[in-house]
Amino acid sequence: MRFTLAELMVCAASHIFDDEGEVLVTGIGLLPRLAASLAMRSSNPDLLMTDSQSYVLSQPNAVSGLESHEGQANENWMGFARIFDNVWSGRRHALVGPSQIDRFGQSNISALGGTHQAPKVQLLGVRGFPGNSISHANSFFVPSHSRRVFVEGECDVVCSVGYNNDRLPRGYSFSDIDVRTVVTNLCVLDFNGPNKQMRVVTLHPGVGLEEVRDNTGFELAVADDIGETTMPSDEQLDLLSQLDPLNARARQLKNNPAGIRQAEEPQT
Amino acid sequence: MDKLVSASAAVSVIEDGMTIGIGGWGPRRKPMALIRELLRSPVKDLTVIAYGGADVGLLCAAGKVRKVIYAFVSLDFMPLEPAFRKARESGVIEVMEIDEGMLLLGLRAGAWGCPFIPTRIGLGTDVLKNAPDLALVDSPYDEKEWVAMPALRPDVALVHATRADRRGVCEIASPDHYMDDVFVRAAKHTIVAVDEVVPSEHFHDPEVARRVFWERNCTQAVVHAPGGAHPSSSDPLYGFDVQHFKRYSELLAEGGYSAWADAFLGDSEVSYQSAVGGLEAIQSLPLPVY
Repeated sequence: MRFTLAELMVCAASHIFDDEGEVLVTGIGLLPRLAASLAMRSSNPDLLMTDSQSYVLSQPNAVSGLESHEGQANENWMGFARIFDNVWSGRRHALVGPSQIDRFGQSNISALGGTHQAPKVQLLGVRGFPGNSISHANSFFVPSHSRRVFVEGECDVVCSVGYNNDRLPRGYSFSDIDVRTVVTNLCVLDFNGPNKQMRVVTLHPGVGLEEVRDNTGFELAVADDIGETTMPSDEQLDLLSQLDPLNARARQLKNNPAGIRQAEEPQT
Repeated sequence: MDKLVSASAAVSVIEDGMTIGIGGWGPRRKPMALIRELLRSPVKDLTVIAYGGADVGLLCAAGKVRKVIYAFVSLDFMPLEPAFRKARESGVIEVMEIDEGMLLLGLRAGAWGCPFIPTRIGLGTDVLKNAPDLALVDSPYDEKEWVAMPALRPDVALVHATRADRRGVCEIASPDHYMDDVFVRAAKHTIVAVDEVVPSEHFHDPEVARRVFWERNCTQAVVHAPGGAHPSSSDPLYGFDVQHFKRYSELLAEGGYSAWADAFLGDSEVSYQSAVGGLEAIQSLPLPVY
């Protein structure tokens, strides 16, 4: 097996940033962070990225095997309060993994079920999602494409704005909102369907459109030129092994499936 | 003016029903020695404002809290704070769940004496639905609607700094001072716990003076609390205690707050520290790597 599904997803997600220019890219979670790091090392060296603490780096840190922050390629200090100055300027693109996404591209990381006073499951809280979504581009990374994530109705707690006329603030239009790309374990989607409908752009090797539809709680548009997700290049795979020397990426998806469906057994 | 006092004397200014702002971020540089002193006190019905971690979790679990104003409560490597989660799911606390940046703006408004700061943040989301106190306002300069993030004014701010002198000049030597300066400026009264008390000459070095993020007239009390951020980190002196957080999580899940308090809280910081392995063990906890 030449590459895993996790590597296929990371490489697909890295292409989100190809033409983004000089934005602060934030990948939350190991695979999204790896995708952002890969983009910075290959297609878009102009990206800005932090050390997940208080410094902007001119070269991304490895996502595994790092023993100390000493000697990293600092570019400037940027504490948490200052991150908001950058966020609110709009010069940022975040890649995050929500618990729920709805047909409007709204997302949820706050809580599931129950009521606001007593949710069935308290998750993280809204964190920075409201501010991110009204300020800059956001993309989503979904390791398990299912109806539990791609919910039928609206998200239980709408943490980020999407393309929803009923919630559009006064004076705003869809062009003020930038929900960009969704990369899942089955496919890549965007919001360029009719009236910003979520749309399947490419299917991962061996995945059919029916499987995507069966695992999505709402109707999807399909790109006229729907194709297959681009497979990782040797150069990308080589960079991934440099950025993740301990192969932590192999432990992110259950059973670490192969990148091409027909390729038989998962590897360790 | 000498502001050095004991932890119990410092927190004795906190009364039932007060609003307290807590510095730090998740599992990082939390004023835990001061929180533990609050847990030992009879105070209750607090409103807590924080970028929350075990500080918020413990106060909720101990029944000290009426309301929490937060954007998240998390231990980062353990995304869900176990005690806070339990308190939320049982519906016993009132909450105002807002964006991280809104919290910052609310504290800034408090610090600057503004009734509110207009912002786009929260528009179009359930933040507005779930916090009906948040008003929308018109702008005199455009046709859009704006969220009026109200001023947050803690009665008391609790923060943990690296060092201070007895007059309340505080140094934060960590990579980030987070929003601590804004909490301090928004509050009417600030208590700072520090790992080290130093002579005033320490600040003569301009590099050190640059690590002072608010003026001493914002600090009313200094508490000498070596290792006092435990189990959170006080970078560069020590990291957070992953093993303790795991034990904390288990105890709260199995026996609730009293299981944790019986095992660790003790009647003073000295007894707490001996229960968790001693000050030397705390001070040798490795710094986190992200």
